[in-house]
Amino acid sequence: MESYTLLRQFADSWMLLLLFTFFVGVVVWAFRPGSSTVYADTADIPFRHADKPAEPEETRT
Amino acid sequence: MSNYIKLIALGLITFFAMVGINFARDLAYQVHAVIIMLVAGGMFLYTLRQTDEPRAPEPSHEYLDGVVRAGVIATAFWGVVGFLVGTFIAFQLAFPVLNFNWAEGYANFGRLRPLHTSAVIFAFGGNALIASSFFIVQRTSAARLWGGNLAWFVFWGYQLFIVLAATGYLLGGTQSKEYAEPEWYVDIWLTVVWVSYLAVYLGTIIKRREPHIYVANWFFLAFIVTVAMLHVVNNLTIPVSIWGSKSVIIWPGVQDAMVQWWYGHNAVGFFLTAGFLGMMYYFIPKQADRPVFSYKLSIIHFWALIFIYIWAGPHHLHYTALPDWASTLGMVFSIVLWMPSWGGMINGLMTLSGAWDKLRTDPVLRMLVISVAFYGMSTFEGPMMSIRAVNSLSHYTDWTIGHVHSGALGWNGMITFGALYYLTPVLWKRDRLYSLSLVSWHFWLATIGIVLYAASMWVTGIMEGLMWREVDANGFLVNSFADTVAAKFPMYVVRGLGGVMYLTGALIMCYNLVMTVRKAPAKEASLSVAVPAE
Repeated sequence: MESYTLLRQFADSWMLLLLFTFFVGVVVWAFRPGSSTVYADTADIPFRHADKPAEPEETRT
Repeated sequence: MSNYIKLIALGLITFFAMVGINFARDLAYQVHAVIIMLVAGGMFLYTLRQTDEPRAPEPSHEYLDGVVRAGVIATAFWGVVGFLVGTFIAFQLAFPVLNFNWAEGYANFGRLRPLHTSAVIFAFGGNALIASSFFIVQRTSAARLWGGNLAWFVFWGYQLFIVLAATGYLLGGTQSKEYAEPEWYVDIWLTVVWVSYLAVYLGTIIKRREPHIYVANWFFLAFIVTVAMLHVVNNLTIPVSIWGSKSVIIWPGVQDAMVQWWYGHNAVGFFLTAGFLGMMYYFIPKQADRPVFSYKLSIIHFWALIFIYIWAGPHHLHYTALPDWASTLGMVFSIVLWMPSWGGMINGLMTLSGAWDKLRTDPVLRMLVISVAFYGMSTFEGPMMSIRAVNSLSHYTDWTIGHVHSGALGWNGMITFGALYYLTPVLWKRDRLYSLSLVSWHFWLATIGIVLYAASMWVTGIMEGLMWREVDANGFLVNSFADTVAAKFPMYVVRGLGGVMYLTGALIMCYNLVMTVRKAPAKEASLSVAVPAE
């Protein structure tokens, strides 16, 4: 089988399925239970450490 | 020790450039060899004077902001240069006499046009992206930039790339690929700079002190990685001679066209969209003083945008030798792009929900918001123009140019201005901007300038598209090409005036920023009030 046909068949089947599943997985993952509290903290990142890097002993959870 | 290796390398480069001056097969290469010799020689002397001198230890407990300050200055400078050249070539189209005889072959429209596009996209936009990404990645990682002076190498290396590209265009050193005009040795240099950029960026993210990577960094990272990939694949050329600028691309015929527009459209998608969305996700929340509307939406926005944009390129090649299925694929994905684009626009705009009143008092926020509004408009227009039937009317007409400029002047320009207005007081530790009314002047001049530009290009684009396809009862074409050129004259003048207004606004901004650094009250004075403990 010539390489174009081979690659084309792979792209039209398994690769398409893989990319699509990954994308749907991302959407589902973003709405997982408990994500809202995590994301509220993440969305707040720009409002911390505006002037200085984190202290060496400072740990965040 | 590293200084000795640097000295050897710089000495060899200087020597090689000297040989290049002698053997150069064309003027562009010769001039570039002179520039490289001067830069490498100067760096050699500078490094020599630093060698074996005691060096102050790097302050680890503050952000590396010097390179961001330099980036702000470079952005403003290249912006004015790019707008000036753009306004000039707009008038060259309206008044051909401005293609001066004495400058023929150097400063005519064909030579200046790539200078304009590269100056605004890569010099103005690129410096804005590098500066703001360095600023944002430090603040959102709570860590100093990784790699010490490597960030400075990225900054100055990028300026050298700009100078080599710009002088090359004027002297004819171009490989004639849109937005990828620089020849092989400039491409290699940009690759070196870009890999260093990726290293600085990734290094900072890896040593971050926040558990999560903020969404702006995702967009910047996608921009850096994808541009590296696009740049390398689209510039796989074989030089004819190591002493000349001419090179030959390895892709044949229609594959070359497809690779070029895969590059070209993703330059729009990842350079002018993903990177600037990174700016949006930081500066709009900061200026509005409230977190982004929906962080979940921003995650979906990110993945949807990068999954879909990469396929949209073939819509530049409707009705060509490209197979139909490929251009249909590009068209379909362009239309699907509506969703992530508008999702991102909604996320940016709705960040202001509950704070819309700030638009009345804060012209910087107004600038950021109108940029997102222009983003929404041009990402509506783009998919529509990618539909094959619409494209048969719009392609090769000024409508395309109008579309590009509503995106570039409106979205990229306005958000960059907003970022510069945000960054300057922060970086130079000023309490506030010098004058908010000057920001308002800039805002209205730029907005009305864009409206004049886009509206005149819609009119002239659709008009010439209709004139080209108009046939009489016997099936003969009614208009000659020169008829359309004559009919477009008034719109070309209006477009030039729009450019003048936009340029004037940018000059006002430069004055305002300089006065902010020189005259605005320093920040320290107000810091005596309690600073909240972390």
